Amino acid sequence: MRKKVQLVRHVPLLLSALLAACKPLPDDRHHMPGASAERGREAIERVGCGSCHVIPGIRWPKGRVGPTLGGLPRQALIAGKLPNRPDELARFVRDAPSLVPGINMPAMPLSSEEARDIAAYLYQMDAR
Amino acid sequence: MLEGWPPPIFDPAGPFAGSITTLAWVLLAMAAAVFAVVMAALWIALFGNDRLKARLGGDWVIWAGGIAFPVVVLSLLLFYGLSLTRNLSVAPGADEMRVRVTGEMWWWRVAYLDENGGEVVLDANELHIPVGEPVALELESNDVIHSFWVPRLSGKLDMVPGRRNVMRIQADKPGVYGGQCAEYCGGPHALMGFVVVAHRPRDFAALIQAWQSPPAPAQSAGTARGERLFFSAGCAACHRIEGTRANGLAGPDLTHVGSRRTLGAGILPNNRGTMMGWIGDAQAIKPGNRMPPYHALSGDDLKALAIFLEMQK
Repeated sequence: MRKKVQLVRHVPLLLSALLAACKPLPDDRHHMPGASAERGREAIERVGCGSCHVIPGIRWPKGRVGPTLGGLPRQALIAGKLPNRPDELARFVRDAPSLVPGINMPAMPLSSEEARDIAAYLYQMDAR
Repeated sequence: MLEGWPPPIFDPAGPFAGSITTLAWVLLAMAAAVFAVVMAALWIALFGNDRLKARLGGDWVIWAGGIAFPVVVLSLLLFYGLSLTRNLSVAPGADEMRVRVTGEMWWWRVAYLDENGGEVVLDANELHIPVGEPVALELESNDVIHSFWVPRLSGKLDMVPGRRNVMRIQADKPGVYGGQCAEYCGGPHALMGFVVVAHRPRDFAALIQAWQSPPAPAQSAGTARGERLFFSAGCAACHRIEGTRANGLAGPDLTHVGSRRTLGAGILPNNRGTMMGWIGDAQAIKPGNRMPPYHALSGDDLKALAIFLEMQK
């Protein structure tokens, strides 16, 4: 009797576990809690990332001094050196020379929150 | 978005812009009223009953509505508009602050003048003014017709080759006010921006004094390479830096470029990244402007140049 009650109590849990198993796992590789791609876009426009990079979704400028950022979400490494993960990208966007000595991308006038927002924007570029 | 740019056009920040905004609203209201009357008359003509049509169908409608009304109303508006804006463009007085702004394809040459009209400080794409004081601008052009427009501070006025037009601007509180060339001047006309920075009078006096005292070239080990490159790559042929042998006048004066808020004439924020991007390939940012791309420079070169230019304050 007791066992039966317990089973019944677990039905919703079992059901939800079953349903969840049908969905693909959330992609936590690029997940950035609290960051906003929209704010990131504003920060990109404010500091002028487009002066050196072509960035999908940013209409102007489309600078050609640095690499195009189009394929970034699927890229394995940032600047060929760092794992392409949210925290690394946010730190890189804000202060590239401290992570990749000798790189010509300068440190940018960004807060760490803005850097996370920009990373969030860069990860969802292809989705738009 | 850059601070102050693109500028809002119905948000005056000084007396000259204020009177023009008032006039604009009056004109808009008049236009709306006339439009409503015309639409009402059209409705009567199409769907009104015969009695109404007969009453509105005589010659007197043409005399009253087509001739007398416009003559009276437009004359009143003309005098009202002229009285609102009459002090905008009178010649500069002896004790007034004067600045010459010259339109170029596609940037703005700026020269602060002394009371005799002599050029005291040269700058570009940015104007510093004291709060609460009218500043007389002498507007000129070196090539085609441009138009100077900082909507929150004054009206717009054409810059015509061979002519000097005077316009006043004034800001009532400190801030950054964006401007824009308002007359199509070819190519990257839409990217020909301008910035006016209004300071408290004490800060403004200190700034001008610092600019007029002989520049102390800020030298450090980090800038030597950039300085060498500035001359060897030929930058000095077009750009001038006070106190050095760089004396080119074809492009914007770079004496104070390190303290400027924008690059590329009001359009980009000024930081090391945008500076490198601009020097390396300004054509990708502002197609058609007269600065060539420097694909021969390496990333290290661009960085050295940017560091050197950052020091020019």
